[in-house]
Amino acid sequence: MRGTAIRAVAIAGAVALVVVLGFTMTDYHQYQFGIVAYYAVAILGLNILTGYTGQISLGNGAFMAIGGYTTAILCGHHHIGALWTIPVAGLVAGFFGLLFGIPALRLTGPYLALATFAIAVAVPSLAKRFDHFTGGSSGIILPIKTGHYLYWVSWICVAIGYVVAWLVLRGRTGRAFRAVRDSEVAAVSSGVNLASYKTIAFGISAAYAGVAGALLAIGAGYTNPDTFPVTLSLYLLIGAVVAGLGSLWGVIFGALFIEYLPIYAQKTYFGFAFSKQAPSVVYGVVLILIMLLIPSGVAGLARRLYLKS
Amino acid sequence: MQQFLQQVVSGLASGGIYASLALALVLIYRSTEVINFAQGEMATFTTYVAWQIIHWGVPYWAAFFLTLGVAFVFGVAIERVVIRPFEHGPVLTVVIVTIGLLVILNGLNGWIWTAEIKAFPSAFPTRPINVAGVAFSLQDIGIILVSLLAVLCLWAFFRFTKVGLAMRAAAVNPDSARLTGVRVGWMLALGWGLASMLGALSGLMVAPIVFLDPNMMQVVLIYAFAAAVLGGLQSPVGAVVGGLILGVMLNLLGTYVHAITPELRLPVALAVLLGVLLVKPSGLFGRAVVRKV
Repeated sequence: MRGTAIRAVAIAGAVALVVVLGFTMTDYHQYQFGIVAYYAVAILGLNILTGYTGQISLGNGAFMAIGGYTTAILCGHHHIGALWTIPVAGLVAGFFGLLFGIPALRLTGPYLALATFAIAVAVPSLAKRFDHFTGGSSGIILPIKTGHYLYWVSWICVAIGYVVAWLVLRGRTGRAFRAVRDSEVAAVSSGVNLASYKTIAFGISAAYAGVAGALLAIGAGYTNPDTFPVTLSLYLLIGAVVAGLGSLWGVIFGALFIEYLPIYAQKTYFGFAFSKQAPSVVYGVVLILIMLLIPSGVAGLARRLYLKS
Repeated sequence: MQQFLQQVVSGLASGGIYASLALALVLIYRSTEVINFAQGEMATFTTYVAWQIIHWGVPYWAAFFLTLGVAFVFGVAIERVVIRPFEHGPVLTVVIVTIGLLVILNGLNGWIWTAEIKAFPSAFPTRPINVAGVAFSLQDIGIILVSLLAVLCLWAFFRFTKVGLAMRAAAVNPDSARLTGVRVGWMLALGWGLASMLGALSGLMVAPIVFLDPNMMQVVLIYAFAAAVLGGLQSPVGAVVGGLILGVMLNLLGTYVHAITPELRLPVALAVLLGVLLVKPSGLFGRAVVRKV
């Protein structure tokens, strides 16, 4: 009962904080915080796949690209309201995720990492090649004004994302996901249909990525092949690791980490100016240190501290 | 016919570059089932070291061998310091760690040597020679020879030296190898050292062609992944054959199939990678792994 009460208070506090910040922040900070929100959506999706189902993906940036381009094409070429394109982007990316999930069934561990990495690398060059749809290297410009809009829309998407994730993970499906992660053999022996649950996990994860990609496109006001580089996929994985693989609420910290680290890592400390390259070095070092010291991420650390007290 | 032969030879040259890096990946994968995502960035780092040494006025070939030495020490050090703490961890963890390494090295290369594109001297003249009326580039032929020589040296090392035998033993059956007195941990480190040398070699070969910048090896790494998977991730012979096949195939497709524009070179290689993984994950030369449950 105490746990439930704490959780309710924490959720109410978080929602209140987001609302208060939305009314008090400067435009600049609000824009950054909007970015945190769509990173959170993407990491949430990745965490369902990697953290709960145990399937690594280095390619969720590619599904973000699919979502982003869906929004850009619908909104930029066909003049459909940007808001309406968000669910469509999620569905389209989710569909591609399901499609990819079927062949991915045959792959495990490092092979899956390779295959998903291949997708992340391929999508930007494919976007350049099929310039009829995607505008090639120059991309597509969205005829919308961003600003406050992005902040609220993104955080509402985060809230919906959390509710959906909670609904999916708490019941039968979530149990099956965790069983697949912990032992495929045991899962199959207890009647879990490995193929369908893995495919579903890919689909859900890609749908989240698609929504995040749509928000990114709306926030930036354009998409081009460089909007979705390979590093985006890697940063999402880093965010998921920082959050704690298999934790839902840690995701916000993962998103804060990947958005704010580059901003702070480029400042001058004690007269020592870091290079423009510093963020990626710090990202990498933090990633390895977390794997070494607290493999369960922020969420695991908090749980450990809570149990100690 | 002339064009065909020219394209095959230049395809073999790029294939040799892919093969060197693919071989590096296979060396590490064979012993620990880890795919080293940082292999490309390690190669870029060592190529920058070579550039620096040449920049200090050391003649090319001296710098070449000096760099191979540095690469070896660098590879061993990385295994000992970064990878070793995760030796017994799950594969997923080690893969994530190599991705961390990728991100770190990519940043460091840009930090130390700036992101500015640098020209890199070639070991071989770029002028063409005529053989039976067909013009081949001397550089291509040089690259093919260097890659073949490296493969040959590596084969001889594993076949004829005691350390090579110990390394094979450590890869095939670590427990028994340990019982016969092989220091398995150090054998793994040696493997990383050798892999790093092979990566340096491919970096040195590719840098004069594509110029040196912090992201130079990222594309080569993808081709190397495709080559290694095509040959079967377990098989060194497969990595070399896979690299050469891929290099020639991409060149011929680019020349004769007009739908394959230069932007599609990479996606084609990725299609090869995905196709092999889906149809025959053990590749051309690998063995299917049977797992007991």
